[in-house]
Amino acid sequence: MTEDPALTAEGLGKKYGGRGRGWALRGCDFALPAGRICALVGPNGAGKSTLLALAAGLLRPTEGTIGAPAREHLAYVAQDKPLHPRLSVADTLRMGRELNPGRWDSALAKRVVEGGGFSSDTLVRHLSGGQRTRVALALALGKRPGLLLLDEPMADLDPLARHQLMGVLMADAAEHGTTVVMSSHILTELEGACDHLLLLHGGRVRLDGAVDELLAAHTLLTGPVADLAPHTVVESRATGRQLTALIRHEGPVEGPWETSEPSLEDLLLAHLRTTEGAPA
Amino acid sequence: MVKGIVLEYRIDRRSGVATYLQIVQQTKQALRMGLLEPGDRLPTAREVVEATAINPNTVLKAYRELEREGLVEARRGLGTFVRATLGTGPADSPLRGELTDWARRARAAGLEREDVAALFTSVLKEHFEGDDT
Repeated sequence: MTEDPALTAEGLGKKYGGRGRGWALRGCDFALPAGRICALVGPNGAGKSTLLALAAGLLRPTEGTIGAPAREHLAYVAQDKPLHPRLSVADTLRMGRELNPGRWDSALAKRVVEGGGFSSDTLVRHLSGGQRTRVALALALGKRPGLLLLDEPMADLDPLARHQLMGVLMADAAEHGTTVVMSSHILTELEGACDHLLLLHGGRVRLDGAVDELLAAHTLLTGPVADLAPHTVVESRATGRQLTALIRHEGPVEGPWETSEPSLEDLLLAHLRTTEGAPA
Repeated sequence: MVKGIVLEYRIDRRSGVATYLQIVQQTKQALRMGLLEPGDRLPTAREVVEATAINPNTVLKAYRELEREGLVEARRGLGTFVRATLGTGPADSPLRGELTDWARRARAAGLEREDVAALFTSVLKEHFEGDDT
């Protein structure tokens, strides 16, 4: 695995046309190392889909730059999973092969589609939402992309299919070192699978880094109410004399508190709750 | 020489135990039980992540830890292989037999599962106090 970035942004901004529409993204800087499985998280309207579409080359930045692999080395699965409704599943995969001459992995594409409980001559328009996701993922993975961009990939899958497809994604990453960026609201889906985090809010990057390092940089503490300086308080709540806080620590945490390392879910929820009221 | 997967990991996301540690612990448990023997190949990272949907680096981290402890060795291009056994209590040892008898007697004496577990834990604590787990 190399540490060369697979995706970079510098001063990246996107403003959609039309009156009264502000910046969807602004001032975004990050560098995602290759081979990472990156969770793209944030509330609705945070700019996640815009960022993915910019990375896929489907939108042009209004300002700044985004550095992504060439079109043939990346695959993008949009939220609405656009597929040709009147093609059969087999025809869809055949189209994938024809559009990606010399690099199409037909065995992998077949493996993703299998287990979906439908035959390959089924027409796409007769598939359920979850089955369409399978076909869209097969099309994306069959291309053997270096960078895979997934916008809410698992939203319409049942838990079993979600687990299976996440397994397929992780196996692909293990085998080919594919870099994956996936947006999701389902935190349990990301915990365990993702080793990198990009948290957006109001069009800006609020957290960016390796999950291990981010978790190690934060501390969850409970104990008596007291001044938490020099640490940075992400979120704190006082109930009577009892304080519960998530901090980004500066040096060791010394005091009468019980401390523990937060889970990814603790960290995300604390950041999402505190940015909620912040100006976008 | 080529065998099927000898070990399947079960990841409990709510346990609070780091995922890589769960893999380390379950491998050690399999070694203690004699389910894994020297020469056995551990499942590849790909096989583990496909079944568990966890990050591949987590598996690699667990295997590195097992390697550091001298329990397994990575052979380039071939996989990760068991080098050593752990403990002296394989599934069919005399000690296990004695424990089975004891459990039978405990049950006959009317002890519940939790009572037995508590008793066992307290004896364990008495005799292995301070040891690494």
